[in-house]
Amino acid sequence: MSAVTADAAISGIRRDVSRRKLLDQLFVILGLIVMFSSLAILVFLFADLVSDGAPRLNWDFVTSYASRNAERAGILAAWVGTTLIMIVTAFVAMPVGVAAAIYLEEYAPKNWFTAIIEINVTNLAGVPSIIYGLLALGLFVYQFNLGQSIAAAGLTLALLILPIVVVATREALRAVPRAIREAAYALGATRWEVTKDHVLPYSMGGILTGMIIGLSRAIGETAPIITIGALSFIAFLPQSPFSSEFPFLSFAWLRDSFTAMPIQMFNWVSRPDPAFHANAAAAGAILLGMTLMMNGIAIYVRFRYRKKINW
Amino acid sequence: MATTPSTPLPPRSSIGSRHARDRVIEALLLAAGLVAVFTTLAIVFVLVYESLPFFDHVSVADFLTDTMWTPLFAEARFGILPLVAGTLVTTFVALGVAIPAGTIIAIYLSEFAPFKLRETIKPCLELLGAVPTVVYGYFALLVVTPFLQQLIPGLPGFNMLSAGLVIGIMIIPYVASVSEDAMRAVPGYMREGSYATGATRFQTAVRVVVPGALSGIAAAYILGISRAVGETMVVAIAAGLQPNLTWNPTESAATITAFIVQVSLGDLPHGSIGYQSIFAAGLVLMLMTLVFNIAGFALTRRFREAY
Repeated sequence: MSAVTADAAISGIRRDVSRRKLLDQLFVILGLIVMFSSLAILVFLFADLVSDGAPRLNWDFVTSYASRNAERAGILAAWVGTTLIMIVTAFVAMPVGVAAAIYLEEYAPKNWFTAIIEINVTNLAGVPSIIYGLLALGLFVYQFNLGQSIAAAGLTLALLILPIVVVATREALRAVPRAIREAAYALGATRWEVTKDHVLPYSMGGILTGMIIGLSRAIGETAPIITIGALSFIAFLPQSPFSSEFPFLSFAWLRDSFTAMPIQMFNWVSRPDPAFHANAAAAGAILLGMTLMMNGIAIYVRFRYRKKINW
Repeated sequence: MATTPSTPLPPRSSIGSRHARDRVIEALLLAAGLVAVFTTLAIVFVLVYESLPFFDHVSVADFLTDTMWTPLFAEARFGILPLVAGTLVTTFVALGVAIPAGTIIAIYLSEFAPFKLRETIKPCLELLGAVPTVVYGYFALLVVTPFLQQLIPGLPGFNMLSAGLVIGIMIIPYVASVSEDAMRAVPGYMREGSYATGATRFQTAVRVVVPGALSGIAAAYILGISRAVGETMVVAIAAGLQPNLTWNPTESAATITAFIVQVSLGDLPHGSIGYQSIFAAGLVLMLMTLVFNIAGFALTRRFREAY
């Protein structure tokens, strides 16, 4: 009699165990479904943009100005504007971001003052991008009198990606082993010599990755530059950065008004006429392609540097 | 001096000048670090300074309790509630997508996925967060809304539901990645203890890892909320630009961010009441995200100290 109840108990436990194992398997399937459907959305999004924009994805689209006629409209002013803004952003965000990261990681003493800077960096990463736009409108456009210019847009996006650059650079600096720094100090190098000659070269991969990720974020940012007052209908290019006279470089373009890829796309997508939606899709496909490519490069750079360094 | 060095030592003055140079460089690096502090101060200053004249014109009580927001009309009303409601509704819809999906992905990646799969899938998921928001706006307006209109007859072309769903997709990677970090911070011996009592991976995940990482997961949700609250382009494109005090996601309504975009698109003169109103709206948005960010920051701190 006791053998029977024991058998019953054991088969009860077996059932319980197999039920739990089934639950385990079901969760694996659920996890895979959720994960791959999220990724499928990304693929679908890109495919949808390319197929909707296919009739416009040609060379004329890249070399034409915006137009009232959807078929003749193009993104020339937009991509030139985006390129120039990115140049300003990179030239400001890279040095400031890397320097701030070096200060926090290599120089800063552990005290309340450093803590304030760190909290600020973390906090800035969570500020909505449109708030940067309001900051730029009040500060750059009206107080500094930069106007609705490429310089104002570039500076705004530089502030926006600063936390990304700082965090990525700090991570890269932290990955350099202490022993490298100590060896350099032992030879009498000053702090800056240690940083410049040893720590920075080793962390270049991580810094570049952070910079590219930051720029890929900046390139698609729409809200802050709308707030500054980007125009969506521009049928001219900013002044050329090259001049025929000495010193052959001109910075007049910094003060020019501008449009940019995401602004152009926003303008087209918010028009009721569906003919413009194809333009929006084509611009979106190019914009998304650029973003994905930059992220791909960043992943590749990180991978390359990780492989090359053997401490 | 018993031995002479094979190379002559540099003169003392050169060492001194190297140290002097070091101090100059340190000051420059510090100045770069201070840019972050000045940015924060400048944001607060600009928002407050530009919205002060607004509050001369509109009483704070009206601003917080009036149920109409029509600052550009002849008979202007300045109640922020419709915009706040729009913002909250889209945020809730977004969380309805991002919290379940992000949590399931985080549990799967942290507790179930083989190492190789995790290392491959994580950067791919991050790409979801890298897509320009204006592209998501296109997606919401021209793909998701027509699809939803087949399911829900009478759904307007601009609606908060579709915008919220798309924002949800956008913030999945933030929720997933911060939650996963929190789960991975739960020490291995706690899992092993659970496995040793015969628990399956799923039981371990739900009963040991998730409770252990709870404050970190909560921080992930809160960071997700603060992203959704500040999201601009998706709502400006797909949710409509008419302020509308409603809690029904199938209606069209403007959010705080959408209002700022709408005003910026027009050519408002500097110093007009419309110009000042976007700074007042921005101030409210900033306060909302600040509350969420501080809560999230405090929670991540706490979960770091737990072990």
